Amino acid sequence: MNKMKNGTPPKGMPGNGMQFKRQNPIPTLMRVLRFVIKDYPFSCLIVFICLIASAVTTAYGTMFFKTLIADFIEPMLKTPETAPSYTDLALALSTVAAAYGIGVLSVFGSNRLMVNICQGTLKNIRDRLFEHMQKLPIRYFDKTSHGDIMSVYTNDTDTLRQLISQSVPNMISSVATVISSVVSMLILSPLLTLIALLVVLGAITVTKILGGKSAMFFRATQKNLGAVNGYIEEMADGQKVVKVFNHEEDSIETFRRLNDELYKTTKNANGFANIVMPIMGNLGYLNYVLVAIIGGVMAINGFGGFNVSSLVPFLQFTRTFNMPISQISQQINSIIMAMAGAERIFALLDEPVESDEGYVTLVNCKEENGVIVETNERTGKWAWRHPHQADGTVTYTPLQGDVVFDGVDFGYTDEKMVLHDIKLYARPGQKVAFVGATGAGKTTITNLINRFYDIQDGKIRYDGININKIKKADLRRSLGVVLQETHLFTGTVADNIRYGRLDATDEEIVAAAKLVNADYFISHLPQGYNTMLTADGASLSQGQRQLIAIVRAAVADPPVLILDEATSSIDTRTEAIVAAGMDSLMKGRTVFVIAHRLSTVQNSDVIMVLDKGRIIERGTHDDLVAQGGTYYTLYNGGKK
Amino acid sequence: MIKKLARLARYIGEFKKSTMITPLLMVGEVALEISIPYLMASIIDDGVEKSDIRHIVLTGILMIVMALFSLLFGAAAALTASKASAGFAKNLRFAIFSKVQNFSFANTDKFATSGLVTRMTTDVNNVQMAFQMLIRICVRAPLMLIMALFMAFRINSQLSLMYIGAILFLGPVLLIIAKKAFPRFDYVFHKYDKLNESVQENLTGVRVVKSFVREEHETKKFHKASDFIYKGFVNAEKVVVMNGPFMNLTMNTCMILICWIGAHIIVGTNGTEMSTGDLTSFLSYTVNVLMNLMMISMVFVMMTISKSSAERIMEVLDEELDITDPVSPVTEVKNGEIIFDDVCFSYSKNKDNLNLEHINLNIPSGSTVGIIGGTGSGKTSLVQLIPRLYDVTSGKISVGGVDVRDYSIKSLRDSVSMVLQKNVLFSGTIKENLRWGNSDATDEEMIEACKSAQAHDFIMSFPDGYDTLIDRGGTNVSGGQKQRLCIARALLKKPRVLILDDSTSAVDTATDAKIRDAFAKYIPDVTKIIIAQRISSVASADMIIVLDEGKINGVGTHEKLLENNAIYREVYESQIKGADFDE
Repeated sequence: MNKMKNGTPPKGMPGNGMQFKRQNPIPTLMRVLRFVIKDYPFSCLIVFICLIASAVTTAYGTMFFKTLIADFIEPMLKTPETAPSYTDLALALSTVAAAYGIGVLSVFGSNRLMVNICQGTLKNIRDRLFEHMQKLPIRYFDKTSHGDIMSVYTNDTDTLRQLISQSVPNMISSVATVISSVVSMLILSPLLTLIALLVVLGAITVTKILGGKSAMFFRATQKNLGAVNGYIEEMADGQKVVKVFNHEEDSIETFRRLNDELYKTTKNANGFANIVMPIMGNLGYLNYVLVAIIGGVMAINGFGGFNVSSLVPFLQFTRTFNMPISQISQQINSIIMAMAGAERIFALLDEPVESDEGYVTLVNCKEENGVIVETNERTGKWAWRHPHQADGTVTYTPLQGDVVFDGVDFGYTDEKMVLHDIKLYARPGQKVAFVGATGAGKTTITNLINRFYDIQDGKIRYDGININKIKKADLRRSLGVVLQETHLFTGTVADNIRYGRLDATDEEIVAAAKLVNADYFISHLPQGYNTMLTADGASLSQGQRQLIAIVRAAVADPPVLILDEATSSIDTRTEAIVAAGMDSLMKGRTVFVIAHRLSTVQNSDVIMVLDKGRIIERGTHDDLVAQGGTYYTLYNGGKK
Repeated sequence: MIKKLARLARYIGEFKKSTMITPLLMVGEVALEISIPYLMASIIDDGVEKSDIRHIVLTGILMIVMALFSLLFGAAAALTASKASAGFAKNLRFAIFSKVQNFSFANTDKFATSGLVTRMTTDVNNVQMAFQMLIRICVRAPLMLIMALFMAFRINSQLSLMYIGAILFLGPVLLIIAKKAFPRFDYVFHKYDKLNESVQENLTGVRVVKSFVREEHETKKFHKASDFIYKGFVNAEKVVVMNGPFMNLTMNTCMILICWIGAHIIVGTNGTEMSTGDLTSFLSYTVNVLMNLMMISMVFVMMTISKSSAERIMEVLDEELDITDPVSPVTEVKNGEIIFDDVCFSYSKNKDNLNLEHINLNIPSGSTVGIIGGTGSGKTSLVQLIPRLYDVTSGKISVGGVDVRDYSIKSLRDSVSMVLQKNVLFSGTIKENLRWGNSDATDEEMIEACKSAQAHDFIMSFPDGYDTLIDRGGTNVSGGQKQRLCIARALLKKPRVLILDDSTSAVDTATDAKIRDAFAKYIPDVTKIIIAQRISSVASADMIIVLDEGKINGVGTHEKLLENNAIYREVYESQIKGADFDE
């Protein structure tokens, strides 16, 4: 998974790219909320109103209880003559029913809208993440492990779903319920409210302590989970090596240790989280008893006009508001935990995108009376459109594939240069080969031509234009690349080839396959060009995948080709067959080729021998052999 | 669903006690919790209404004591539930990991690394949550429901009849909701996995995407998929959220009915049948009944979500190990003689789609054998059969005169050392990696092996020498260095048979030759099988096998094959034009 690709800087320890300090969760929470509200302002407002409405109607219903006992049942029992009739009660109840009706509608409204808000926001976040990710520079992918990026899409968006769909609305409705309960209680008896609130305060303190403990173990759990995760991944990747070395028992032993650690912290984290509910629930009873005793004394003594009919609903309120209070304290914990995920999402979204100051673009053109004219037709001829800011004129340079490196220095970091003073000239149609040891900088040079990385010093010119002035997309469109590590996408073989040029017809695809002699093997696949490839083309051999990648580059028909060990996995026999096709593919194009097989390199117009980031020899095969330098030694060493 | 969870139940193991105690504690908690409202009613009726402070205080104290016990039970249940569920998860993870460790190559091929990681983390986590819910809520909710019903009936059976109506209405509604939601969730979760797979694919292929300037194309593709997921989730969740309003509707209707009927009963019987205090506790039981009904339906939904996780876990645990030790295994491999007797092999175990056909070979102990052949000709398949990484489909392979299937796997693989084509080093020092070959290897033995594999010199060029830390996957050494370390690691086993599967492809030709010389000098008795792309790597072998499309095309020495084997000659001629450059 973490395989080192040629020409990329080494990755740091997994997770390095995404570590950041623990921040204050409030701004992040606000940012999440802004995100939600911005996309769904109207729905959010309605949900908010619905939540309040449902809390208020619930409180109203409970309040009615006081009325029921005080204004109806008691008078009906004690003074039937002056008491209200059942008709009056029915009337009063229908008002409550109406309020309840509103409550039900509010619950429906908020629940239903919340589904769209929550899933919609998640979709928007995912889309934005992906869109943003597409714009990030290669460097970002070098320094960040795929596992970390994937977990942003999976774990972190999942915690965000919890947050948006549950924690936040629960929080709002809990707060609304608490407020409406407290207000109602204050109306019934300010003194008793104070007592009830004191107990609640105690309960909150308890939750906070437990929550803190839980969060501590939770963090430890996450860390242990990471360790277990990493170990599983490493062992699953090396599964076959484990088998060959009979190393099963040792790896099981190590896993047992990590797994036990994880168990211990999980047990504690969950334990402390679970224990909150019974504690809060039962503290609620304590509250109830206290209120009952004090309230009872007050009611009996008629203290401050307090009576039984007030005590009953008051007791009811102590119960209803105990629930949301404990919910709020729990939600706060889960919000804090969710913020860690949200921070990672925002960290990715805030990652600076690949900058592009290029203004020279690639356009279709035709020649009229010896002058290049821009056109919208597909002429198959291309030109660089170069606007000049100084005088407002536009010049057109035909796309030819002339590449010049002039004293280029490059390093993945400013401290350590890996390429020094690279000079090279590739005329249109020439074949330039790079030869040298692993790590000499061959792939790095090709990564500079398509501006995966920017150079520290020197100039690279394409058809005489400094490549910094060319729009990256247009620059890359003019370059065809076949990498050593082939990546295919889920889809048919034809889809994968069409990746090179999205509007290629089926005929063009077959023609391109025929050009590099890949047609034979593709037509012999179970469904020919329509054979489905999954999991990076796992059903194909490495050589077959490389062939498809070559066809993909061929169908794009670019003036410049970069072949980085493009045929390394194709065995020598098959390569002989492909070679003819490759030759016709390379005809008329500027080609940069990296290979360790001499047959691929030998007929190049110029061969560059690289050593530790410097070109130490250059010339044709015959020149270099005659020189008797490094190339000669390599050549001879091979011959032995 | 229940069946699946039941099958997973055997992994509860040593946490059986905690698992059993939790529901018992829950019963205690529920019993107390349910009696408390009764006391509450008594406080109002016999205390407040009758102005009996003594009664209020006494009942209050009783209530606090009960609350304390309830707290004790509840807290204890919370702890045992966490212990049981975390322990269950631990055992489950361990079972999966051990199972995977015992996978044969054929088993391993079926599961991708990412799939295994998900199963041991996310899926186990889901099951753990469901399990915890099962032993807590699944006991608590129905119990509370029943007890609350019982208590309500005790207060007033007439009024309680209303519950039956409520349950008759709400029960089916909740059931229908849960039932409708199941398949929708199942569907969308499956699609969700696919979405994540496509992100992964985009990540690994980022250079291709950028080279072809297909960022917009990819984004469009992703938008389409994520839109699909959005609709799927909305489709599933919009069903589940109906729980809330229906619940609310039922609860509120009950409240109003209780007020109406309650008032009639109290006034009609002049408070003898039912008191105002009774009415209060009756109301709180109503909330209880309905809340728990809802809980049960929520658990239902949760279990569905964890169902697919349980399924994925079972997929690994149920995977049949296709290579196991024989009943009375041979434990000693006498020598390195290898005989292939009419061996046919197919990865899919399908006789009509053979990867190797009728292979007959006789390799004497101590000889050096080269294997040459095109991509997909079956070179790797052939050698993987020797240490029994796969079993033959038909025919027989014997090493040291004994059928490989009669050895214990451990002793066979200890004697047949193989350097894989796709090899890995593990995070740790070079020494630790080398010790994979032999955990008791002395420093001298390690140096000796590394010298043979031409690795000693570059190891010593590192500042930390043999204690140099290797990054995960061996990313901080070059391809050629990695291959040489892997060879050294295999040599440390002191095997009878050493197989190199294209293991020197990144090593330059001169070093490659030195490694071969060292083999000849230091391990003359070991049978050496070398798969290579380069003729130069096999030219000096005692015997060269040319494979073509799963069949032996020719066997002989370099000279003989040049004379009589067309394929060999063709490969030779294509290479003689060109040597290799690397390192």
